Amino acid sequence: MSVLVLLEQRGALKACAHEAAMVAGTLARAAGAPLYGVYIGKSLEEASSLAGFGMQKVFAYEHDSLGHFCGEIYTSIVNELAKELGSTVIVGSASALGKEWCASVAARLDVELVQDCLEVWWNNGLMARKPVYAGKVLAEVRVINTPAMVSMRPNVVKVERDASPAPEVEKRGMPSSTPRVVVKDVALAPAGTVELTEAKIVVSGGRGLGGPEHWPVLQALCDALGAALGASRAAVDAGWIHHSHQVGQTGKVVSPDLYIACGISGAIQHQAGMRPAKIIVGINKDPQANIFNVCDYGIVGDLFEIVPLLAEEIRKVCA
Amino acid sequence: MKIAVLVKRVPDTASVFKIAVDGKSVETANLKYVMSPYDEHAVEEAIKLKEKNGGEVIIVSVGPSEAKEIIRSGLAMGADSGLLITGAEALSPRGLAKVLAAALKTLAPDVIFAGKQAVDDDAAQVPERVAELLDMPHASVITRFECLGASVVVDREIEGGQYTLELPLPALLTTQKGINTPRYPTLPNIMKAKKKEIREMSVGELGLASEALAAGCTVEAFTLPRQERLRKVLEGESIQKVQELVRILRETEKVL
Repeated sequence: MSVLVLLEQRGALKACAHEAAMVAGTLARAAGAPLYGVYIGKSLEEASSLAGFGMQKVFAYEHDSLGHFCGEIYTSIVNELAKELGSTVIVGSASALGKEWCASVAARLDVELVQDCLEVWWNNGLMARKPVYAGKVLAEVRVINTPAMVSMRPNVVKVERDASPAPEVEKRGMPSSTPRVVVKDVALAPAGTVELTEAKIVVSGGRGLGGPEHWPVLQALCDALGAALGASRAAVDAGWIHHSHQVGQTGKVVSPDLYIACGISGAIQHQAGMRPAKIIVGINKDPQANIFNVCDYGIVGDLFEIVPLLAEEIRKVCA
Repeated sequence: MKIAVLVKRVPDTASVFKIAVDGKSVETANLKYVMSPYDEHAVEEAIKLKEKNGGEVIIVSVGPSEAKEIIRSGLAMGADSGLLITGAEALSPRGLAKVLAAALKTLAPDVIFAGKQAVDDDAAQVPERVAELLDMPHASVITRFECLGASVVVDREIEGGQYTLELPLPALLTTQKGINTPRYPTLPNIMKAKKKEIREMSVGELGLASEALAAGCTVEAFTLPRQERLRKVLEGESIQKVQELVRILRETEKVL
């Protein structure tokens, strides 16, 4: 019996890799099983950041061609390693790539997978809590058969390390296989851009923005806060911004500490995306807007007046 | 070119969900059922491909016999025929994928489209499992699709960027919003759809071993997420409200 964690990287290890390691470490301790990690990428530079999770060993599959996610190779590696280690529980991340990776591994190993977990724990077996019906209901799932897999929603787990040392690193080579899927191009947002699903603070705009020319008003607040920029479906459907910014049922579900909704009415569709936020602030000039029923703190006022004031105040106070 | 689309009948998530007396399902009496929204994008992309390259589009679903209505709406968008597999609703994603893979094997499609996830159980894994079972190359959450004949090029989303991938056919792709705008069926097409064939088969006809399909996980409880928010509207002049908000976020909530 052992626990294996998939450590997602984008150059460096992603925050969600540490979150998954945290969860996997807790499970391993509760189940009295050893914890192993698997890294696939160019080169694992920061094995020391994996201290504090009770991880015995990390298997590092390093090669220049492994820098970018390649589903076929990544899946084959984990499939072989999990069999070699006799992994009972495999923990991954429910990121955009992580979900595909986990689903593929689960199919190869012919095991159950619970995706997008908010919480997993050990209670005479593996338990998981995950959102269903677009987040309107939470399901508590008991995993009856092991081996099994879970993937953790990014930005939900709080990482708290103990005094355990960094894992031993066992370097492994690149498997000899030619993938059928070819990566033609990788386009990444400029460095420093905060990704919606990983952001600690999200500022979103809706119809109240009036048009795409006004995004700089919200961007200035994002810059002051180090926040990611989101949008409502109304703003996306109007063509004011790319759908990758959409927060909501048919967009992204975000789980920041702070969510600031500007000129957003607070429709059910949008609530589905912002519900996991710890604190929600609504800014809208219509005192009847539904956002004031679903936020923690509301300011009734013109966003073109309030948002710049807020950005200025934050720069002043948090400087 | 043979194109298959996987669709699922799900409750409209704009519905108000109430937990049923068993504590582990939702009350279904007042739910309206629709095609899962991401699947509509899959159907649209399949029909666009057919319009460009010719061929046929088959809508495939696992569900109760009512799921025929959902298949029918895909036929009204322009798909050619449907296949409904019944008797498999209680399966976990692992078993469900085996059922779909077995059915698709007999259809031998060149391209399979599916929504990136169904918005009922949000399992987000069945299409990828199907592709793995069929040993097909696959890509998830695509926002652009282009067929080059023997291969396809797609853009797939990642956090803060995208990959452009080329996959040889046959391949499976899962669609994300943004790839297209699903068409509304026209009245003549709705009428035509009524005459199109929807084949119904039971899961037993696929000849899969029951132990291969047995669910290895089970829902023990449904709960409703925390809904209570403070709903505190700040008072005063604009600058006072802003200063009070920043103070609360820093000192009380400690999120700044």
